[in-house]
Amino acid sequence: MDDTSVSHAEPAVPRADMRVDIVCTGFGPATAGFLTTLGRAVLNDDGTTRIESTAMPGLPLQVLCFERADDLAAGVSGVVSRARGIRTSFPEFASAGVPLSSPVTDEQIVYLLDPVGASRRSRPLRAIDAMLRAGGRLLGVDRHGVRLPYIPPFLRKHDGVVLSLGQFQQWVAGQVMASGAAQIWPASPVAGPLFADDGARVTGVRMVDQGTDLRGAPTDAYAPGMDVFADLTVVGDGPIGAVGQALDAKFGLPDGHVRDEWALGMKMVVDLRDDVDLAPGTVIHTIGYPEPEIFGFLYVLAPRTVSLGIFVPSWFDSPLRTAYRYLQHWMLHPWLWRWLEGGTLRSWGAKSVQESGRRGEPVLVGDGYARIGEGSGSTNPLSGSGVDEAWTTGAQLADGVIELLSRGEPFTRDALERAYVQRRRASWVERELRVAEGARDGFTRGVVWGLAGMALAGLTGGALRIPRRHGQAHPRLATTVSADAWMDAQGWPAVPFDGRLLVTHQDALLMGGKVQAAPGYADHVRFDDLSQCRECTTHLCVSMCSGQAITDADEGGVAFDREKCVHCGACLWNCPDDNVRFTAGAGGLHAVEN
Amino acid sequence: MEFHIVVCAGLVPDPLQTLEPVMGPAGPGLKNEALLPSVIDPWAAHALFEAAHLARARPGSKVWLVSLAPKAKLQQVLMVVAQKVPFDLVAVDGPANGFTDASACAAALADAIAAIPGLDRQKLLVFGGWESASRAAGTTLQMVGERLGITEQFQGVDAVTVGADGAFEVLERIEGGRHQVATCSGAPAVCGWATGSLHEPPNSPQVGMMNMRTLMPALQKARAASVPLAGAFGAAAVPSARRDTRVVKDMSPDAIAQEIVEWIRQ
Repeated sequence: MDDTSVSHAEPAVPRADMRVDIVCTGFGPATAGFLTTLGRAVLNDDGTTRIESTAMPGLPLQVLCFERADDLAAGVSGVVSRARGIRTSFPEFASAGVPLSSPVTDEQIVYLLDPVGASRRSRPLRAIDAMLRAGGRLLGVDRHGVRLPYIPPFLRKHDGVVLSLGQFQQWVAGQVMASGAAQIWPASPVAGPLFADDGARVTGVRMVDQGTDLRGAPTDAYAPGMDVFADLTVVGDGPIGAVGQALDAKFGLPDGHVRDEWALGMKMVVDLRDDVDLAPGTVIHTIGYPEPEIFGFLYVLAPRTVSLGIFVPSWFDSPLRTAYRYLQHWMLHPWLWRWLEGGTLRSWGAKSVQESGRRGEPVLVGDGYARIGEGSGSTNPLSGSGVDEAWTTGAQLADGVIELLSRGEPFTRDALERAYVQRRRASWVERELRVAEGARDGFTRGVVWGLAGMALAGLTGGALRIPRRHGQAHPRLATTVSADAWMDAQGWPAVPFDGRLLVTHQDALLMGGKVQAAPGYADHVRFDDLSQCRECTTHLCVSMCSGQAITDADEGGVAFDREKCVHCGACLWNCPDDNVRFTAGAGGLHAVEN
Repeated sequence: MEFHIVVCAGLVPDPLQTLEPVMGPAGPGLKNEALLPSVIDPWAAHALFEAAHLARARPGSKVWLVSLAPKAKLQQVLMVVAQKVPFDLVAVDGPANGFTDASACAAALADAIAAIPGLDRQKLLVFGGWESASRAAGTTLQMVGERLGITEQFQGVDAVTVGADGAFEVLERIEGGRHQVATCSGAPAVCGWATGSLHEPPNSPQVGMMNMRTLMPALQKARAASVPLAGAFGAAAVPSARRDTRVVKDMSPDAIAQEIVEWIRQ
């Protein structure tokens, strides 16, 4: 009956299949918003069925959600969010008792000067630094940093909340599951979408094969991934998800759309020493250091518990791009180290963020499928906000789905366009994404240009922007130079490991990430053409790999060790030759406190 | 001969996490306990897989999973476990942090088993972990059996082979790395499993869907059990670890071994 796009020859062991009404891929904030909203409509208050299943007549609507990670929300991040969409869904959110969350109580943007003299600063920035140093305390400079006196409205989160996304997602999952309206299955990677014979309609998803060796060859425990057919496939598997990637490959992006702006977020949760009295809800964003292009954040989630990290953007034009060492130097900055010294690493992780915003929006709907969340281009690169936008797109889709189900309409492209896309277009999410479109293009010309471009776009409602410059100014370093060696040569001092917070990269994986790789699955990172890797002179995939899972191979090229992979996906967008295949796999981070 | 197999399986804090004992107002516990993820006790998980395997081989058999743990954690963990093998859940809401009193746990579990509708004691096999990842007392399962009046008890079980008449042969681990072979005329019996010999079953959405029909109602009906925390401790410290990680590619195994020896001697 149905054909599949996802593989291969049919296996000798029969492939099982099942049918449900709606299948979701990925349990991020978008899917959480979708399931929360939809779940409230499936059952009546007394538990009886309001929307009946067509896949299993007599039962309520059958909704499944598959999440790749071994635990729900393992390895996500601390966030600050205005939570407009979340609070629409949960009006009593402030008193709901979500662990590790707090209303925003203080918001700061801090410009960090370079206390070690190794940062790669442009002439304009050097001039600003010199002026600030000369002005000293008169200009508010303290501990090599200065708190900016003004936060533009488009960046403010003063009415929002800080929260651990991991704890929040688990809290939401508990509510959704307890309602009985949907099932959320962790440790369930999805290989890709299934297509109908005509190739135009998505009919469900295929799960990843189990009981294979690292190359995907069956072992004696082989179980081919099940086909799960559904009337609607909700794609919320993020910017590097297998289903989203397959849909992009098949349908392409709309004209003029491009996904070329990314960032790697690397983060920690840290227990501070007992005498630190940062108030819960304190939000600190930093610019200027360790490199001017690298932004930092520190959110106080609870007394003496902070979530912190940096973002290394794809437009960071440097001979070498890396993250972990920079994160350590950022923590050691005197402005932050006064609080962090003596702290203990509690968890660690990393994630790719799709920052193209609306310009990276894919085809949002088609026959049998709809896309929500970050993978649908909902992250706002101007306000630096993505969780609430993702949640809201999920809730919007759910409202549309409820409308279609109540009218008995099938999930065609036209119907989903009317019921979901038009809702989204008319909402604050779309309005703000349009203002943000291209707002950060100025960063391709330098940090000062970039900040000026953001201000222009933000303060003029998107009317004015600074256009991007194409090409890169700095040739990449050859593969023979490691990130550490290059940073040493640039004058970055050695990191004074303390075994608690300042630890080696591999110890961060062990102590903070608790990284695991389940046996019985094929490697989820492959290199299409190894000869291309051997010819590659930069190996950005190695220097940007969050877990040092990709390394230079002795025989040339690169090698992948999934025991260290945190599934951040940085290899995918850092390969200049598009030679990395990043598919869904189990395992990765086990750090749900993030 | 079919069996009614009841698997006692608790949750334990995920051993990957930093588990730091602390004394709280309610007794001993773990630092940040509410935030720590849990997993099904690995020893009991083997018992569950063995139970499902046995039930599949003996048509008419049925498997119940009886678990004493905080309801919210149980729901979370079972979303993984329920994809593995079919079972009916009997949930008991109570603490599962490794500091609970074994006797009180056994009483709560035995009461929950005794209350299972339709359970035939003449077909009853009580399975569980010989030991636990949160303690190594190995006593809870034995006390469950005693409270249920089951005298045939086997601990450290690696295999159960059932004959046509329902009698079975049990392979038990004993000292010296050897096995003891025992023969039991039939149910009821208690088996505290060591590791068995089965692969961990693959995740199956179909199995998950089947289990979900009883899982969520069982969680909603979970009875709260009063299980006291056991005693107190004077002091506890997380083992200190000294780490010195680096990547080398050009050293011989002998040189690496020599370096490790010198490192340990420091």
